[in-house]
Amino acid sequence: MSENGLDVPMMSDLAARGEKPEVLFWVGCAGSFDSRAQKVTKAFVKILNAVGVKFAILGPEETCTGDPARRAGNEFLFQMQAATNIMTLDQYEIKKIVTACPHCFNTLKNEYPVLGGNYEVIHHTTFLQGLINEGKLKMKGGGTFKGKKITYHDSCYLGRANNIYEAPRKLLEALDAELVELKRCRSKGLCCGAGGAQMFKEEENGSLRVNQERTKDVLEAKPDIVAVGCPFCSTMLGDGVKEKEKQDQIQVKDIAELIAEAQDLD
Amino acid sequence: MTAIIQSILFLIVLGLTGFFFLKKAREIYKNIKRGKAEDISDRPGERWKNVFLLAFGQKKMFRNMTPALLHLCVYVAFLVTQVELIEIVIDGIFQTHRFFYPILGGLYTFVINFIEILSVLALIATFAFLARRNLLKIPRFQMDEMTGWPKLDGNLILLFEIVLVTFIFMMNSADMAMHHGEYGFWLSGILGSAIEGLPHGVLVAMERIGWWGHILLVFGFLNYIPYSKHLHIMLAFPNAYYANLESKGEMSNMPAIMKEVQSMMDPNAAMDDSAAVDEEMPSFGAKDVDELSWKSLLDAYTCTECGRCSAACPASGTGKLLSPRKIMMDVRDRMEDLTKLEAKHGPDHKDGKMLIGDYISPEEIKACTTCNACVEECPVSISPLNIILELRRYQILEAADSPEEWNLMFTNVENNGAVWQFNPADRANWINEA
Ligand code: HEM
Ligand code: SF4
Ligand code: SF4
Repeated sequence: MSENGLDVPMMSDLAARGEKPEVLFWVGCAGSFDSRAQKVTKAFVKILNAVGVKFAILGPEETCTGDPARRAGNEFLFQMQAATNIMTLDQYEIKKIVTACPHCFNTLKNEYPVLGGNYEVIHHTTFLQGLINEGKLKMKGGGTFKGKKITYHDSCYLGRANNIYEAPRKLLEALDAELVELKRCRSKGLCCGAGGAQMFKEEENGSLRVNQERTKDVLEAKPDIVAVGCPFCSTMLGDGVKEKEKQDQIQVKDIAELIAEAQDLD
Repeated sequence: MTAIIQSILFLIVLGLTGFFFLKKAREIYKNIKRGKAEDISDRPGERWKNVFLLAFGQKKMFRNMTPALLHLCVYVAFLVTQVELIEIVIDGIFQTHRFFYPILGGLYTFVINFIEILSVLALIATFAFLARRNLLKIPRFQMDEMTGWPKLDGNLILLFEIVLVTFIFMMNSADMAMHHGEYGFWLSGILGSAIEGLPHGVLVAMERIGWWGHILLVFGFLNYIPYSKHLHIMLAFPNAYYANLESKGEMSNMPAIMKEVQSMMDPNAAMDDSAAVDEEMPSFGAKDVDELSWKSLLDAYTCTECGRCSAACPASGTGKLLSPRKIMMDVRDRMEDLTKLEAKHGPDHKDGKMLIGDYISPEEIKACTTCNACVEECPVSISPLNIILELRRYQILEAADSPEEWNLMFTNVENNGAVWQFNPADRANWINEA
């Protein structure tokens, strides 16, 4: 147990005891180091702990999946990362992975198999919905979010790239809030501007930044909360809302945080 | 006598049409073959399903109701009119008159009536298309790349269509007038009864002008299509067959780099592969059309220049130089330019130009967020993103032209396994941080 009351087993410790987790939690660079995304990581862990899911993380043995390097064009670096990670995952005989980052999700799920890394990979929204469906996670109705207007921003790598549109929405419905759709949603959802390694450089010259354009959609929907399922969308929209000085009216939150809050786990 | 002359004339025109069409078709085929080999023959069942849903069924068009319905009129009219075209060719060669009429009887009347009604719908749709392009100024038709030839091309096709339908009605109504409504066509019957009083000679001339005008226009059109965005009426079908069946998020693997990295990390493999070291290192990514997959080149010839991709693109929508439609147009222009140059200066001619730099600027491809909106929107199964990513690979792996900030990110990933500069040992520190 940590100082925060979190129980986060390391894969290396489990392996030393000859134990295996049900699922490996792939935290990702943002989830590990970005202060905003760390909160999501903790919220997700709290839910896992509350439900009693036996999981583990790789900790210092985890490294970047290589997604941004590959999409920038640096295939060598991507292949290095993939080979390293596949070696680690296979050494621990990992079969099932859950992650809160759609970019890690997409790379692990779709791009590692040709390189020899075959795992069942699940995004945390699908995983949480599974917990609800199985009756392991029982949502307390009528609580924290009753009467709140929540909108959902589809992340490109969850939506268009992998056709996951329903799980996040089902979770929001379980919150008992009023779900409003953005003007551009689902397969027509507008990017937040971070993908394709854009997160790591200035945008090219234009009339607006992409997150400013997307923030316009958000403001138009007048929600109390914008739910996201991606740490990079979270940063981009958070910045966009703050720039318009609307951060007191509109909160940008990951779905895992909302679930944890509804369960009084925060 | 005039019958024989008409028959000979028809055969000559038919022959010339076929000759020039096949010549251009071969050129396009060769251009597509410039591309890198890629085996796309798996899962034929799923592929045929795409041909029926996406091409015949126009599935993606219906993401956008108004243009989908307008287009459906033109599209169905075109498909059904092929029946009439077969008859025109038979009549032209053998100088018969309405060859199918005695054979089909009432069914014939039904088919032609069907064609006439569809033609009127198509005509209305065509005027609506013209209005959308020129009066309503729908934004996706007004972007920077839609000036000059592409703009003219878009309008010419629609004008062709109007003249074509006019000739069909001229032919059918004169024929109805001459034969006192024998064929039983409704719409041309109405027009026919209005001109019944004209002298017989005038009616014969009108019928002949309509008949010849129609077929000459069809032949002319057939030879115009390969130079136009209208080529989609043929290539939309094979392009649906070869559409990507994997998750849109998956980037194509680079086996050469994979092998090299795997042998670097596995000393035993390196020993086995020692022979491979002598092999010439392939060039990575694409700087020109011959390094793109042939499917990307087929994509370029299939593009309808509709701009649905660019209308959905976050970069285009925020004023960046990138426009996925322009990427497709540039690739096609590059192939056409190479063909012209090689015809002039011989097959080994090099013009010293490249797709990246001379047609598509690095700034354009850097602005892509890989969001897949362009791929999702394209009604004819095109991926502008694939081309962008292959050009990016060239920029990084061969030209070493990378933004400074990306280099920093690469260094972080390489040195400390994270996109930002953090100590890998601290990766789980969040557990205990407040
Ligand atoms: C085979 C017969 C076809 C005919 C005669 C035909 C005809 C046309 C015409 C006349 C236009 C110009 C419309 C304008 O000016 O905006 C057009 C555009 C277009 N066609 Fe087709 N087409 C055919 C097949 C297809 C197929 C199979 C597809 C695939 C789904 C397709 C997709 C498109 C698209 C996306 C446009 C752009 C128009 C827009 O932006 O709304 N067409 N077609
Ligand atoms: S993938 Fe790139 S080109 Fe396509 S819509 Fe998104 S940003 Fe634009
Ligand atoms: S790539 Fe597809 S969506 Fe874009 S202009 Fe061409 S046909 Fe239209």
